[in-house]
Amino acid sequence: MYRKIARNAFIIFAVLLISNFSALAAPDGKALFQSNCASCHNPIKDATGPALKNVDKTFPSKDWVYGWVHNSSAVIASGDKFANDLYNKWNKTQMTAFPQLSKEDIDAILSYVNSYEPPAAATPVAGGETAQPESNGWLYTIITLALLLLVLILWRANRTLRRAANEKEGVANEKEIPLYRNKTIIAVVAIVLFIAAGYWMVNGAINMGRQQNYQPRQPIFYSHAVHVGINEVNCLYCHAGAEKSRQAMIPSPNICMNCHKQINEYTGEKEHPLYTAEGQHIDGTAEIHKLYEYAGWDPEKKDYKRDANGDIMAKPIAWTKIHNLPDHVYFNHSQHVKVGQIQCQRCHGPIQEMDEVYQFAPLSMGWCVNCHRQTQVQFASNDYYSIFQKYHEEIKEGKRTGVTVEDIGGLECQRCHY
Amino acid sequence: MGQKQYWKGLEELQDSAANQEKLANEFNEPLAFDMSESLLNATTPRRDFLKFLGFSTLAATLAASCEMPVRKAIPYAIKPEDIVPGVPNYYASTFNDGGDYCAVVIKTRDGRPIKIEGNELSSVTRGATSARVQGSVLNLYDTARLRHPHADGKEATYEAIDRQVQEMLAGNASKPVYLLTGSILSPTTKDIISQFTAKYPNAKHVVYDPISYSGMLLANEASYGKRALPSYHFDKAQTIVSIGADFLGTWLSPAEFAKQYAAGRRVSAKNAKMSKHYQVEAMHTITGASSDERATCKPSEMGAVAVALYNAVVNGTQPAMSPKLNSLIMKAAADLKKGNGMVVSGSNDVAVQTVVNAINDKIGANGSTINWAVSSNYRQGIDADMVALTEAMNAGSVGAVLIHGVNPVYEYHDSKKFAEGLAKVPLTVSFADRMDETAQKCKFVTPDHNYLESWGDAEPKTGYFSLQQPGIAPLFKTRAFQDSLLMWAGATTTYGDYWKNYWMTKMGSQENFDRALQIGIVEPSGEMAMGGAAFAGNVADAMAKIQAKKSSDIELVVYQKVGIGHGGAWSNNPWLQEMPDPITKATWDNYACVSPERAKQLGADLTGQNEVVTAKHVARIKVAGQPDLMLPIVVVPGMHNNVVAVAVGYGRDKKVGMAAASSDEAGNKKGGKNAYPYTTYNGQTFEYSNAATIEKTDETYDVAITQTHHSYEHRPVVREYTLEEFSKDPEVLLKERKEELKEFVALPWQEGAEEKVEEMSAEELEKNFRINGTLYPQYEHPGIHWGMSIDLNSCVGCGACTIACQAENNVSVVGKTHVLKVHEMHWLRIDRYFSGNPADPDSIQTVFQPMLCQHCDNAPCENVCPVDATNHSSEGINQMVYNRCIGTKYCANNCPYKVRRFNWLDWNGADCFDDNLYEDYRRDGMNDDLTRMVLNPDVTVRSRGVMEKCSFCVQRLQDAKLAAKKLNRPVMDGEARTACQQSCPTNAITFGNMNDKASALYKTRREEQAERTFYVLEDIHTLPNVNYLAKVRNTEEIVAKGKDDILAEKHI
Repeated sequence: MYRKIARNAFIIFAVLLISNFSALAAPDGKALFQSNCASCHNPIKDATGPALKNVDKTFPSKDWVYGWVHNSSAVIASGDKFANDLYNKWNKTQMTAFPQLSKEDIDAILSYVNSYEPPAAATPVAGGETAQPESNGWLYTIITLALLLLVLILWRANRTLRRAANEKEGVANEKEIPLYRNKTIIAVVAIVLFIAAGYWMVNGAINMGRQQNYQPRQPIFYSHAVHVGINEVNCLYCHAGAEKSRQAMIPSPNICMNCHKQINEYTGEKEHPLYTAEGQHIDGTAEIHKLYEYAGWDPEKKDYKRDANGDIMAKPIAWTKIHNLPDHVYFNHSQHVKVGQIQCQRCHGPIQEMDEVYQFAPLSMGWCVNCHRQTQVQFASNDYYSIFQKYHEEIKEGKRTGVTVEDIGGLECQRCHY
Repeated sequence: MGQKQYWKGLEELQDSAANQEKLANEFNEPLAFDMSESLLNATTPRRDFLKFLGFSTLAATLAASCEMPVRKAIPYAIKPEDIVPGVPNYYASTFNDGGDYCAVVIKTRDGRPIKIEGNELSSVTRGATSARVQGSVLNLYDTARLRHPHADGKEATYEAIDRQVQEMLAGNASKPVYLLTGSILSPTTKDIISQFTAKYPNAKHVVYDPISYSGMLLANEASYGKRALPSYHFDKAQTIVSIGADFLGTWLSPAEFAKQYAAGRRVSAKNAKMSKHYQVEAMHTITGASSDERATCKPSEMGAVAVALYNAVVNGTQPAMSPKLNSLIMKAAADLKKGNGMVVSGSNDVAVQTVVNAINDKIGANGSTINWAVSSNYRQGIDADMVALTEAMNAGSVGAVLIHGVNPVYEYHDSKKFAEGLAKVPLTVSFADRMDETAQKCKFVTPDHNYLESWGDAEPKTGYFSLQQPGIAPLFKTRAFQDSLLMWAGATTTYGDYWKNYWMTKMGSQENFDRALQIGIVEPSGEMAMGGAAFAGNVADAMAKIQAKKSSDIELVVYQKVGIGHGGAWSNNPWLQEMPDPITKATWDNYACVSPERAKQLGADLTGQNEVVTAKHVARIKVAGQPDLMLPIVVVPGMHNNVVAVAVGYGRDKKVGMAAASSDEAGNKKGGKNAYPYTTYNGQTFEYSNAATIEKTDETYDVAITQTHHSYEHRPVVREYTLEEFSKDPEVLLKERKEELKEFVALPWQEGAEEKVEEMSAEELEKNFRINGTLYPQYEHPGIHWGMSIDLNSCVGCGACTIACQAENNVSVVGKTHVLKVHEMHWLRIDRYFSGNPADPDSIQTVFQPMLCQHCDNAPCENVCPVDATNHSSEGINQMVYNRCIGTKYCANNCPYKVRRFNWLDWNGADCFDDNLYEDYRRDGMNDDLTRMVLNPDVTVRSRGVMEKCSFCVQRLQDAKLAAKKLNRPVMDGEARTACQQSCPTNAITFGNMNDKASALYKTRREEQAERTFYVLEDIHTLPNVNYLAKVRNTEEIVAKGKDDILAEKHI
């Protein structure tokens, strides 16, 4: 009896372990795509680069893809016709080299984009949940449940038949124990529940304080899609701190007024009607007038309202903070934007498509560390790195193709925690 | 191996059983839970275990509350053009507190001052700061500051007060109006004062300094015809004789003097020359600790010492005083005659200062080391004026007193008389920033701005100006003192406009004005002009007066602490209150300092009490005509046996602030006693010593002394040589190091390696020791390798670095109760070692050693951490990660340098649990929302249960690296500076990148000072990234090398 329980438990553990290991071993195509490719490529739409879904079927060979991703300029320079055609077709925009991506990584990315299906609804789901329904998930569940039911029925049938056979042959039947009193089953269920609860609690604890996909309502319905996506306002125009300071800076109303003194209505209603995540329609012009309230602007007189001292009667806007790091984390925007030349979208996602901003990245330490492992520093172009003579020599000798943030100590605790 | 005998305190010297037990108890108190047999042997039944498990899981879940708070991000309504959130702005300004002057740079973050640095462009202070300057930023956010004007103790408006004051000033034409201020350095303020006194014709301006230099001013007037103080050039002096002047700690302009002094004492193998410093003092000051030859005498004998020195210089007469004094005076006289000498005296007695002037004249100091061409304005008060004002007030002949910058009800020697007089004056106004003892007795209080909120200027030396610009708009309804005066003088302009006009006119153009404001100083170009003065004083008369001076068996000295100074707002500064006094290492209190011999005479068990037990016997100090002074006894080796010393600045009123208060709301005694009433007036000047008797009582009182909290258990950590030894054989230290390390520089199977040690250079020795002295793998430092070098010869122990570190790194204040429990949090402490015979104060030599995390490349703390919360960076920094630390304290146990600090309680409210904050009344101001504005937003505020320690100011290093990356170039030497390095008035700390061969650090460690370089506890192969430079004393003997080397014999 106990041996049986032990054996069952062992099997369950083994299954769990194997499934865990396989989860660890296989590269996560989605994560790789989002951290490396998403700033230029969309799976189904042409962006800076072509849409990637099924793009591999157009390529000459698998090896060609690896070479292209690792160093596209070398492939172009080699005179490869396909490469040069592609290069010319895309206005000679060169693709960033990703030498750190292994062949498995690239395969994982390709299989991810090939299996990519656009989300059913264009507007994100309410309550911060933007989980994309996986169409075959339900199917699998139903099949699994049906199979389980089948197993149960067969088992019962088998058992009943055996009992009947036993009766016929006159062999004494074992006393029937109901399922819920079967010690093996109780033990297995208890262990499974215990493991599940533990898994759930640990995950819950790890995710405490994280708020990926958080998409609160803001005091003004400010659409990044309208400003950045359609009107192509440079991020740094408003978030001027991103290149200078640790804070990217939310602009003060007077920055908004630089443009909105002239622009006092929303004219894009037809091309781009504004909806909240809950599907409520938003009047863009009314939102601009909310800004005027905060900025102390009188749209009738086209002048600021001033108090007795001649000071503009502006009020700060209390935005709801979306991207929040714990107090013990030091993050500096200028280090990433100015020095690291990282695109805003790398962490903030397709901000140019968001009417309401949501938190794209998990902002977890694992996510930071992963990027620090994979991202190359501007080793050759920034003279700061001239002090790393060892790496320069290794590059010269061909032992090394690039230097990642990790190589220069970017995973050390006190880069971010002090 | 020539071990030396250094001891941190008498308990260490005598090494009693109690002390050994204390040392064995690393954390000094029992664990906070029951460790009895019954508990350890108790069994936990399964059901109980499950109950506990369930309960704790549930409790943790509830406490952590899975709901995410909604946070707000609120930008400016209208962003000021010159502020980028997250990027600090710096403003040149001027610190001035009653004549204590420093040119400073204010660091502001998002509009609030968070740190003060020295202004390196000033040729007066040259970037030097003091502990008080560093701590001054906390005074801005002091919760005890007045938030609005007061009339008769109640809130009032400026309009109402202005009307009443103007009416009363105008209506009282017959009686004079007095403006009572401290020394004023500001030329514009002086102008406004003269406007005010012109408006009210019989108005008088009285300058009063609580710690007075009247004696010097009057003696200089008699000797040179100038009522002024000269400029001193300690850097140019070959021989410095100080008769009771603590010029490195509290005398006149200590930061400036420390800078100069250290410049004259930078000794290296190539340039084995340094000034010679003789110190005669009654108590033990940091100046005495730095001196080469030191002797003690009673304060009443200071005059006699000056006379003896004069006679020795002029006639070569052998003095007849104590043997050490006799030899010191003869040697000093001989050295002074060689030229470039200087004699200074801390006495406030005109006769003594006259004799000192005469000596300086004879040795030709005027014009060579003492500069009369540029006089100093630090102190201008004449004591007789203040006494006359008090008399006039009591006679009822004063119409009004307006008091700014001084607090006579607390500071005046006869404060009772002053208070009585004040009550007879119809109009009394105080400009105090808090309801101090004097403000409480004034009819009106119109609080002045803090210096970080106001415009202003200063002229510390004639012709050398420094501008003051605010770092923040006034926090409260305060008004500039000058604005009040202008208003009451009937002027229509504001001080801001007046000031701007004045300087615009003076500078000539907007461009020049802007430039001056930016750099903060207006100075003549080139070297400071030097000039002498002709001596015309009456030496014979002065000598006669000195001879008539009476002495008594025991004398009381009233002195200023380096941290607290004269009192004022400093008394309520928790940083400065918790800063260990450089000599006594005591915090939060004042006490009676006595010599070990005197302590023994006061009762045999007294010394026993003072060894380890924190409860000190209270002594009764009796002074004629004053109530007895009851203070705990602190034994200080090096004090004269017949002297008892008490610091001012304690025993404050409750309204001065919680940290300063002499009793809390429940009436519990805290915060010491006021020593000012024990000063006297001798008919001409104030005297800061008095005849006294002292006797023991049976009462005890806890004094929180940090001196032996962190013990090396007698391992040698200080290296000290005489100048002669060092110049004869500069490699003396290197040889000692080789002797210690020779077995570890080569692998056992390498033949003849030990012989090779002899020929190794310091660098090779270190390299071989690094590789062969360990089994651990080597750390690589591919880019930067940070390191620090601390010069023990330059360090004067002033404590500026301790406070700078506290301000920069949000180091917690723990309060007296927890200092007593060895819970102080300072990342950088200054260890003070005595050597010599405690029974003979003249034999004591004292060394300071700043001690901080050594950032060992082979750190013992790192490999004992069970969660890897402390580990090593590729830049050579021993990293401490607060969010990973689980508080096992193994690292602190294993740190041989004892530099790790544990957060025993929630000092700052940083914990996520509510109502967990530690409170003890005196330090509670630190956690007010107002005071918390001083926190550096770049540094995490640590919560309960984590370890912390020096980070090499990693936030500054990261910032310097980022700035360099943005400029596409490597970090230049000197761009990354630690807070301690920047604050140090003597440049004792060098910091930099050891991988950069052009860096000052590399040059110091490997080239210029290779011979003096050593590492603390080097032989245990921790490979520190902090090195020290051995102390070199310009004397005949290092007493620690004496034959009766008790400790060395025991422990080697």
